[in-house]
Amino acid sequence: MGTTDNTKIEDVVTKALADFGAEPGDISRDASFEALDIDSLDLAELAQIVEEEFGVELKSDDIRGIGTVGEAIDLIAQRA
Amino acid sequence: MRADVVVTGVGAITPLGVGARTLHERWTSGVCAIVGGEAPCADFDPLDTMSRKEARRADRFTQLAIAAGEEALIDAGWGDGPPVDPTRIGCVIGTGVGGLATIEAGQTDLLGRGASGVSPRSVPLMMGNAAAAALAMRHGLQGPCYGVVSACASGTHAIGVAARMIACGDADAVVTGGAEAALTPLSRASFGALDATSSSGISRPFDARRDGFVMGEGAGVLVLEDGAAARARGARILGTVRGYGATCDAHHMVAPHPDGAGAARAITAALHDAGLTPAAIDYVNAHGTSTQLNDRAETMALKTALGADAHRIPTSSLKSSIGHLLGAAGAVEAIATLLALRDRVAPPTLGYEQPDEGLDLDYVPGRARPLAAREDDLPAVALSSSFGFGGHNAVLVLEGV
Repeated sequence: MGTTDNTKIEDVVTKALADFGAEPGDISRDASFEALDIDSLDLAELAQIVEEEFGVELKSDDIRGIGTVGEAIDLIAQRA
Repeated sequence: MRADVVVTGVGAITPLGVGARTLHERWTSGVCAIVGGEAPCADFDPLDTMSRKEARRADRFTQLAIAAGEEALIDAGWGDGPPVDPTRIGCVIGTGVGGLATIEAGQTDLLGRGASGVSPRSVPLMMGNAAAAALAMRHGLQGPCYGVVSACASGTHAIGVAARMIACGDADAVVTGGAEAALTPLSRASFGALDATSSSGISRPFDARRDGFVMGEGAGVLVLEDGAAARARGARILGTVRGYGATCDAHHMVAPHPDGAGAARAITAALHDAGLTPAAIDYVNAHGTSTQLNDRAETMALKTALGADAHRIPTSSLKSSIGHLLGAAGAVEAIATLLALRDRVAPPTLGYEQPDEGLDLDYVPGRARPLAAREDDLPAVALSSSFGFGGHNAVLVLEGV
């Protein structure tokens, strides 16, 4: 676990997903990207935001393995 | 054209407002949409037609195409889905420069934040085929699909090749047209550097005082269908694509052939394709950009191709009302032409007051006028012409109802 707290990561990810067009009310740790209509292009953009905010580099292989918002937050937190 | 290709729906987002009928009615009543030397689509809100996600996945030229396409498909009676096998529906959308605003924003990101700051959305937004792809995706059109690029002739070329697709049996219907959103700093500077744009900010095609084109933005989309199939399903028919002709000047990258020789050949080819002579033409929707060179060369081309009939046929330019929509111009003009033919009216060349030497056709100055009655009682027929940088000439023969 890195130094960045999970709340900050959660805020950044939630805001990004809402910007991408996901319904804000539907965004939760358990929500799947598929249900939120978040696709590979959105995740590439999310990776860019995460790298800028937290200095965490997410490769396309890393992204392919995650299915839910919570999994993304945990992966970022591990590396931050 | 060997086959029967009909227009069953039209849609347009233009500086005159949202909607093809708005375009037709406002131009015909003499409204000019040019403000401060440009003609933006000020009434256009992408979120009226598409979700925030779809809007964010589209450059403005694609957003304009999506909105115009929505109107056209509903107008064609396709609101509940296409009445044709979707694998037999093509989609061909022209554009002059594609996602220019996206390219400029990407360059700003690259310089300011480095390569890692460039958005992953850059490529899908900037590519010139994005409008065609987005329309196909939205409506599930799975036949031949691509963009057409021939500068200011793109929209007319798109309709021409779309009609050919149906005529050749590659598709039973095609969603086609043009889209442009190039009111950007780089575009203004680039056209300005060529002295192509008007310094007075006034678009007055064929007038002696014309001093360049006024840039506009917008999109026009038409639904073309195989005529027999459209009639069999009882579709409302707006008109027919009777003929198409295209040539190249092979003369200069940004100047027309001074005699309009290439443009004249395109007009003649389109008439030949339609099986018509100049005597059958009731109206010409001119390219009429308001540049010194185009309007002179185009006038000469019309005289060469139409002979004595050139002086009889009312000839007007929509660009006097909405400026030059570049790659969307031909599509929007084809739509305006079809609706003018339906109402048997020649809309005006606004602002035309001072004749120039040698430019002596009937440019329909000032106000709209009814088309002369035809003895044969057949539908009215018009030419709609576009000429682009690169020497591209494309002409449609359109028949009303």
